[in-house]
Parts: sequence; C-alpha cells; structure tokens
Amino acid sequence: MFRKIAVSAAALGLCISSASANEELLRLQRDPNQWVMPTGNYANHRYSELNQITRENVSQLRPSWSFSTGVLRGHEGGPLVIGDLMYIHTPFPNKVFALDLKEPGRIVWRYEPTQDPSVIAVMCCDTVNRGVAYGDGKIILAQADAKVVALDAKTGKVAWTVSNGDAGKGETMTAAPMVFGDKVLVGISGGEFGVRGHITAYNLKDGSMAWRAYSVGPDNEILFDGEKTTSLGKPVGANSSLQSWEGDQWKIGGGATWGWFSYDPELNLIYYGSGNPGTWNPVQRPGDNKWSMTIFARDATTGQAKWVYQMTPHDEWDYDGVNEMILSDIEVRGRPVKALVHFDRNGFAYTMDRETGELLVAEKFDPAVNWATKVDMETGRPQVVSQYSTRQNGEDTNTENVCPAALGTKDQQPAAFSPRSKVFYVPTNHVCMDYEPFRVSYTAGQPYVGATLSMYPPKGEQHMGNFIAWDASAGKILWSKEERFSVWSGALATAGDIVFYGTLEGHLKAVDTRDGKELFSYRTPSGIIGNVNTYTHNGKQYIAVLSGVGGWAGIGMAAGLQGDSEGLGAAGAYRSLSNYTQLGGVLTVFALPN
Amino acid sequence: MRFAPQLVAVMGCALAMGFVAPRPASAQAEEKPYQIENGKVDRGTYNGYRRYGNACERCHGQDGSGSSFAPDLTQSLKRLSHEQFAETVINGRQNVTSSQQSVMPPFGQVEDVVLYLDDIYAYLKARSDGVLGHGRPQRMAN
Repeated sequence: MFRKIAVSAAALGLCISSASANEELLRLQRDPNQWVMPTGNYANHRYSELNQITRENVSQLRPSWSFSTGVLRGHEGGPLVIGDLMYIHTPFPNKVFALDLKEPGRIVWRYEPTQDPSVIAVMCCDTVNRGVAYGDGKIILAQADAKVVALDAKTGKVAWTVSNGDAGKGETMTAAPMVFGDKVLVGISGGEFGVRGHITAYNLKDGSMAWRAYSVGPDNEILFDGEKTTSLGKPVGANSSLQSWEGDQWKIGGGATWGWFSYDPELNLIYYGSGNPGTWNPVQRPGDNKWSMTIFARDATTGQAKWVYQMTPHDEWDYDGVNEMILSDIEVRGRPVKALVHFDRNGFAYTMDRETGELLVAEKFDPAVNWATKVDMETGRPQVVSQYSTRQNGEDTNTENVCPAALGTKDQQPAAFSPRSKVFYVPTNHVCMDYEPFRVSYTAGQPYVGATLSMYPPKGEQHMGNFIAWDASAGKILWSKEERFSVWSGALATAGDIVFYGTLEGHLKAVDTRDGKELFSYRTPSGIIGNVNTYTHNGKQYIAVLSGVGGWAGIGMAAGLQGDSEGLGAAGAYRSLSNYTQLGGVLTVFALPN
Repeated sequence: MRFAPQLVAVMGCALAMGFVAPRPASAQAEEKPYQIENGKVDRGTYNGYRRYGNACERCHGQDGSGSSFAPDLTQSLKRLSHEQFAETVINGRQNVTSSQQSVMPPFGQVEDVVLYLDDIYAYLKARSDGVLGHGRPQRMAN
C-alpha cells in the first residue's frame, strides 16, 4: 500500500508540467510519503501522518545509513524527499546533493556554485543555509552571495540564475525559498549590516521578478495601501513606515527577512516576519521603526499587504520577528479560528486570526521572560519594564539580566504542530543577557551592530534550553523538558504520537506527545541545528536529520554562555559546548529494524 | 603599517593551521597595553571591549573565546604581536580550501574599528594574559 503511494507520487512529482505547478505542490505537500518543502507543508506544521514508528516501538529506532556532506560549518535546515530522490544542502559553499534512495547515499547529481569567498565575512553568525525548495521540476537554491539558482531536479543542470541582492552591502541569503503557484519566494539576510529587508517573488519559469515588497520605506515600495492595509483591524494610514523613522534612517532600516514563509492557498495569503531595525543601539533610531519586528500577511499574487502586526515596536534587544508562522485551524476560547500561531524571539507566543490579523492570545512561553509584563491586547504593544529597557537606560549603560537574550526564547528553529493533539511542540532557548548599546557609524558592507552583549542562563539556573508543549488557545505551557543547551533543531511531530528534535550535543531524541517523556536518544556525529523530517521508501518509514554544529549556537561553542562575570579562577563553572561536540556535516537516516 | 607580503603569507598560513611560530622577542616591549586595578580596567580597555562587541564578537564569540567558525583570540594573542594583530585586522585574511572556509574581512576602512584598534588590542591582550575574566569589565573612575 505504502509502496504504491510512494511510487505514483514520485512519478507525478517529476513529470508534471509547469502549467500545473500550483496544483502539483498543493497535492504533494499532503503526501506523507514524501517531504516536498522545508516546512513540511504550506501551513508549516512539520507534522507527518506516518505512524509506523510509534511511542511503543521508537526505542528500537536505529541508524540505517549516513552521508557526509564534506562541509564543516553549521548545517541548518533539512532534507527534501521527492520520489526516489533526497535533496540535501550545505552551508557555504552551498553544495546541493541529489541522493538515490534506491541505493542509499549514491550521488545522482551534485551542484557546487562558485561564489566570492568574501561573502563569508558578511554573514552574521556563521554561513548557514536553511534548505532548498522544490517546484515545477526544479530545485531552487538561495545562495550565500544572494543569487537565486534554479536547478533541474533530475539532472542538477542550471535552469536560471538571478541576483537578489548585493553581498558587497552585506546582503546575503540564508533562508529557504518557498514555491507557491508559479512563483518562488525568497527573503534577504543582513540585519547586522544595515540592509533594508525585502521579500521577492520570482517566476519559476524563467526567474523574472513578479513582485518585491520591502519591510521599511514608502508605501509603493512596501506595497501598502494606507486605507486597506490594516493593523489590529484599523487602517495603517499613508506612509506608515516613513512616519515611524527619523529622517532617512529607514534606508538602513533593517527588517531583514531571513525566516520561514507560510502560505494559505484558500485565502491566497503569504505570511512571514521581519527582523531587527537598523543598529542594535535604539537611541540612534527614535520611533517605532515600522515595519521591523512585524508579522506580515500579503496577497500571494500581488504582494500587497493585507494586514500587519508589529510585535516589538522600537526594538531594544534584537528580538527579530522572523520565526515561522504556523497556520492551524484550532478553537480559541470556544470559537473555531483560522489561526496563525507564532513563537517570537521576544518570548511571547502569539495566536492571531490569520484572515483579519486580530490578536487573540499573547502569552510568555518561558516564565523567565522579563523585559515586558504583558502585551496590551487593545493596542498590541508590549508593556516594557523600565529596568530592562536599554533605551531608557541609555547609551553606554549596561542593562543587566534581560530575559530572553538576543537569540530569543526561540530562534528560527521551527516548532511542530500536531493536528491530532492540537498541541504545538517548541524548541526553545533559556538564556538571558546583559546589553549595552553604544553609538556606531554606518559603512556599507560593514557590521552595524552598536551593542555589546553577555549571555548566560537565567540566574540560579544551569540549563540553557527547554523543549515545550504549548496550548495556543489558552496560551499555556503543557509540559516542559529541560535541555543542557539551547534546543536549536526543528521539531517533527508524527501520527505515532511522538515528537522528534535534535540537541546541540548531537542527540536525536524522540519524546511522548503526552508528557515529553524521552523514549529514544541517539548520538549523531555532531551537534544538531538541522530540522528533522520523515518519509517512506518502499513502504518503510524513515527519519532523517542533518548534524553539523554551528550557526548562532556555535558562537557559544567556546564561551559556554556561562558565568559572565564569575571572575578568574572559578574553575568548574565553565561548561562549554566544545566539550560535547565538534564540527562536521553528516546526514543520518533512521529506521526500525526489519 | 603594511607588512612584507611574505611575512603576511607566513602568518596567514600558520594561523590557518592553528598554530603560530614563536613570537619575536621585540614583543616584550608591547606587554600590558592595559591597566587593571582592583579588577577595574582603564578607559581604553573598556572601550576595546565594546568595539569588540560591535565588530568582532559575531564571529570570534563572547569574550574573544572563539566560535565554531573563528579562532579563539585569547589564544591567538599569546602569539601575535601588536603589529601582526593590526595587520590582520586592517587587511583581513582568507583561508578557503575544500575543507575550510575562513574569511576575515579587511577592517582598514571601518572607522569604528581602525580608530580604536589599540583599545581592541588592549582588551583582547588582557583577556589573553588571563588578567580579565568573562563579560563586561568594570571601568575605573575617570
């Protein structure tokens, strides 16, 4: 039965013509035998109906085969599986491998772009890449040097290449593209270099630009209509972004778009979030700095903004709003809602009505969060605590014990949603910081940070991560499982009532959806910052994940994010990740014994 | 300020391999570019800490301790002279092979770095010498 499904889907996947690219992916994303987009499906559920591996038998899971990527730096994202081929990618130099599942690990084709290595130096926080996208018989790669490349899915031959930015100005790409309809959507990275963020839809057929929408700037460039674009149900008015900046500062206004995209085909809306505004020094950029730190709902055909919601106006802590938007149809306070659920870096989990942009729930998903008491549900504004306001404390003043740290209660590592349990399973960080903003000058292509940070676990605690289950209707943690380090791996929930995730030490773990009890753990060759997926081949369920420690998590590799000021000679207080794992990109595929 | 090309090449190569030839004796004269009294640092060292945070930390990690992709400067500065340090910061360096992709950009045109090069050096030297702990240093009264 499984075999038949897999084979027929494979045939469809590779033979459908461009005219029906739209329908093709809409159908394939529902096929649990394949994993056709980085986010699992358009709704970003990271959930699979496969149920051969269950809470009863997962303890017998074992590695089936593995594959070295030959690249050392941080491996974010995860594999795609389309028919008999698996596609994996690497950080810079952004290799892509098509692997044969019939002869596991055999390379059908490989692609390695030639990129100017100087781009490495303008990538914040390692040279990560969060995966390739599939559509219209092509594999789409968003390269570090801001080139978008379409490869023939069967041969790896370049179909087209287009430049999406200028790496000389610090514009790079790390986010996975998303194919929808006959277009592919890509973002831009460079929030620490004063870039001006945008998302761009290119036509899959030839790479020509369909539309581009900036995060900050005049209405005609951010694709806003002051009368029609709303925020919490009210029109935003003309040039809403420009009015929230002083002078020309919006031109280096940030709002990078380096996170995940989701898509509701029925509403024809695209959802995503924008990153930090300009410099990390808030004193240098008065105003709300719209529309940085914002959730956007845009018309997929035109790019026009339908609604927006700025979570962290005038950011003072680097709480980028780019984390995934999970589209789930759940009950909120007894009412069925087409919801958007988002776990923000700022430590609040938001449940919104994704049709209207109405804010329904905003609650902390880590009790340590202290920079704001709550979100005012009328205005949508966080109620900032003065003690932790780096703006109020001012330049050259060290604001201490702010929770979460800049890397957020959760970063890009995506959560999973099980439609069976209606529960969200969220990889989180449990880290606080000291933050001292200071004046910086802007030079194109150079770091534009303007703050210095120390990061450490919350006072009196030793662990730096939690894996939690979240009720997005009540805004409550259902259970929480401690991890020694931040959980920097994308989760996977399955119909076997288990959730998978990786740890920075390198363990792939499976836990029970009911209570988080650990049912399986296997130590892969390196720390896991990649996202777990599942698929079948010849009717058998597999679990796949990339290891390869690095990314922003790799910054803490040596520092240990521990005991920021414990002074000298405090032996034993120093616990660094480098004592647990070393570098190296490896794909590991797991299965139950035959 | 520019070094002879061959010396630069030697240094880049040595760094890439994770070790550096013993420092010339002249480095003795450059010892202690910082002042620390009762755990508090001078203004320059403190400023170096902040400028480090702006330009260097995202690769070289907290407290200069390195990351998964950039060297631990508390170790590197045990071997690099002030001159070698300045040369590397100003001109950058690249070590890109099939197995390694290390690139440090040139900071020669970046005023927030070049103007405070000696301060950054003082901070990192104090860290490297083991006389300054983790995190934000305390500043001496002016």
